[in-house]
Amino acid sequence: MNRRLNTILMQCVSITVAFVLGAVVIKMIGISPLFAYGALLNGSFGSINAIGETLVKMTPLILTGLSYAFAARAGLINIGAEGQLYIGGILATLVGSNFAGLPMIIHVPFAVAAAFAGGAVWGGLVGLLKVKFGANEIITTVMLNYIAIYLVSFLVTGPMKAPPGTMPESRPILDSAHLVRILPGTRLHIGIFIAILALLFYYFFIFKMRQGYEMRVVGNNMESARAAGMRPQRTMVLAMLLAGGMGGLAGGVEILGIQGRLLQSFSPGYGFDGIAVALVGVNNPVGIVLGALLFGFLRAGGNRMQLVAQVPVSVIYVVQGLVITFVIIGQNLHVFQKVGVNRPFRRKTGDGPAPEVL
Amino acid sequence: MELLSYLLATDLRMAAPILIAALGLLFMEKSGVVNIGCEGMMLFGTFFGVFFARLSGSPWIGLLFAGMTGMVIGLFFAFIVVTLRANQIVTGIALNIIAQGATSTLNRLIFGVSSQAANAPGFEVVPIPLLSKIPVIGDSLFNQMGPIYLALLLVPLIRWFMMKTTIGLKIRAVGEHPHSADTAGINVRSVRYGSILAGSFLVGAAGGFLSLGILSLFSENMVSGRGYIALAVIIFGKWNSWGVLAAALVFGLGDAVQIKMQTAGSSIPYQFLMMLPYILTILALSGFVGKAESPAASGKPFRNDEL
Repeated sequence: MNRRLNTILMQCVSITVAFVLGAVVIKMIGISPLFAYGALLNGSFGSINAIGETLVKMTPLILTGLSYAFAARAGLINIGAEGQLYIGGILATLVGSNFAGLPMIIHVPFAVAAAFAGGAVWGGLVGLLKVKFGANEIITTVMLNYIAIYLVSFLVTGPMKAPPGTMPESRPILDSAHLVRILPGTRLHIGIFIAILALLFYYFFIFKMRQGYEMRVVGNNMESARAAGMRPQRTMVLAMLLAGGMGGLAGGVEILGIQGRLLQSFSPGYGFDGIAVALVGVNNPVGIVLGALLFGFLRAGGNRMQLVAQVPVSVIYVVQGLVITFVIIGQNLHVFQKVGVNRPFRRKTGDGPAPEVL
Repeated sequence: MELLSYLLATDLRMAAPILIAALGLLFMEKSGVVNIGCEGMMLFGTFFGVFFARLSGSPWIGLLFAGMTGMVIGLFFAFIVVTLRANQIVTGIALNIIAQGATSTLNRLIFGVSSQAANAPGFEVVPIPLLSKIPVIGDSLFNQMGPIYLALLLVPLIRWFMMKTTIGLKIRAVGEHPHSADTAGINVRSVRYGSILAGSFLVGAAGGFLSLGILSLFSENMVSGRGYIALAVIIFGKWNSWGVLAAALVFGLGDAVQIKMQTAGSSIPYQFLMMLPYILTILALSGFVGKAESPAASGKPFRNDEL
C-alpha cells in the first residue's frame, strides 16, 4: 500500500511540475498564466457543454491508452495505436455508411465490431511479424501508422470519396449507425460506455483470467513463462490482437460518434496521447481513466484557452510533452536512491514497460 | 538521359537530410541507444537553423546552430535515458510531442501568425570544376550544395571511425555487451553520453539542412516523418554507414520519382508511393531482404549493479 501511495504522490508531483513549467512558457509569451489556466479549466469543466467535451475527448483516449497497456502487459511496446485507430475508422465507415435498413440495435454493434476487428488485424500483424520473423514491434508499429494514414488519404480521395463533392471525405454514416447522443446540448455520445466496457474487460482479462495472468508473466519474464509451460509467442500475438482492437475501437467511436464520415487525418494524435495516458496511469485501469481525464482536459480546454486567452494551442502540446517527460523522470528518480533490500520487485531488464506497481 | 540526371540530382538532394539524420542515429544505435525522438530533434533543427541563418545571414551558421540545438536536446535526452535509465522509446515520443508544440509556438512568437512562412538564406549550388562536366553523373553528383558533399564524406569517415579507432571500438562494445565493456574498464555511461551528443549534432544539422537546403524556409511540422524514415534507413542499411547511404538513396529516389510523377500528372495515386518506404522497411525487418542484426544491447538501459 505504501508503494502504491508513493507512486500516486510521485505522479501528482510530476504533473504539477509540468504545469508550473507550462505556466513559465505562457508567461514568456506575455500572457498571465493564471488567466490562461483559468480559461483552460473553464473550457473543460466550466459548463455542461465543457464537461461533455472533456468526456468526448476522454473516450478515444481511454481506448488508445488500453491499446498501449495491453501490449505493455505482455512486454511489448505498441506505438501503433494511431494506425490501428485509422484502420478502425475505415471499417466503421464502411459498415456505417452501407447496409441501409438495418435497425440501429444491429447496425451500431456491427459497425463497432468491425472497427475492433480492423484494428485487431492491424495489431495482430505486428504480433505475427514479431514472433515469426523477429521484426521489432516498435519499428513495425510506427511504419504501419504511416501506411494506415496514407491508406485513409487514398480512400477518401479515391474509392471511398463521396460522389458529388470535391472534398476529400467519404459518404456520411447512416443514421442507424450513429452513436446516440446522451447529454442534451453536448456532443457526448454512448461511445463513453464502450470505453468503460473496454476498461472493465481489460481489468477482468488481465487480473482475473488465465490468459491475462500468462500475459503478465510473459511481460515480466519470458524465460520463466516458458519454463512454466506457457507459450509466450501465442500470448504476444494475442496481446497485440487485443491492443490493436482497442486502437480500432478508438477510431470507431470517433467516426460513429463525432465525425460522422471518414476524413483525412481525423485523429488529432489520440494514438500517441494513448501512450502518455497509459504511462501516467502505469497500465492500471483506474490510472488509465485518470490519465485520459488529464489529457482529455487538456484537449478540451486547450481550444478555449486559445480563444479566450490567445494562448496558441501549440502550447498545449508543450504542456502535454512536459507532463510525459516529468512523469518519466518521476518514475525513474529512484536511481538516485541507495540500492537497498527494500526493492524486491524491480524489473531486471529495462526494455519492457514501466516498472509494475500494482 | 536528362531525366536520369534530374532524378539522380533530386534523389541526392532529398536523401541528404535523411542520410545525415541516419548517420547521427547510427552513432547512438551503435552504443545501444534508440532515439525515436529523432523526428522532434530534427524539428528543433529546422527551426533554429532558419532562425540563426536569418540572424547571421549565412546558411552555414544556421546549420551549425541547428546542430548545436540538437546537442542541447541530446543532453536532455541522455540525462533521462542514460542517467535515469528511463525507457528510451517513451522518452523519444515525449520529445516529439514537445518539439511539435515548442517549434510551432516559437514560430508564431518570433515570426508572427501570418501564413507566410519564415524564409532564410539558403545554400547555393557549388559545382566542382571538371568533375561537374561529366555527362549525367557530373551534373547530379558534382553540382550540389556544400553540405551534401560533406554528408557524402561523412559516410566513409564514420565507417572508418567505428571500425578502426579505439573510441569506435568502445562504442560498439558498449552497444553489443555493456557488461563486458564495463568489466573491461570502459565507462558505459560516458560512452553513451558522448555518442548521443555527437549523434544529436548530426540529427539537428539534418533538420537544419532540410529547412535551409531544400526549401529555404521554416514551416510547422516540416519534418513530416523523415525522422522515422531515418530510423528505418538504419535497419535497411544494416547498421553500416555504406548500407545507410544506399538505403537513404533508395528512399530519396522514392521522393524524387513521386515529385516527378506529380508534376507530370501521373495516374498512380501518390499515397502508394509515399507508403513504399514504410512497406519496404517492414519487409526488411521481417528478413525478406536479408537479415539485419541490431546491436545486442539496443534500447536497454545500463545498470552496473546487475548481471
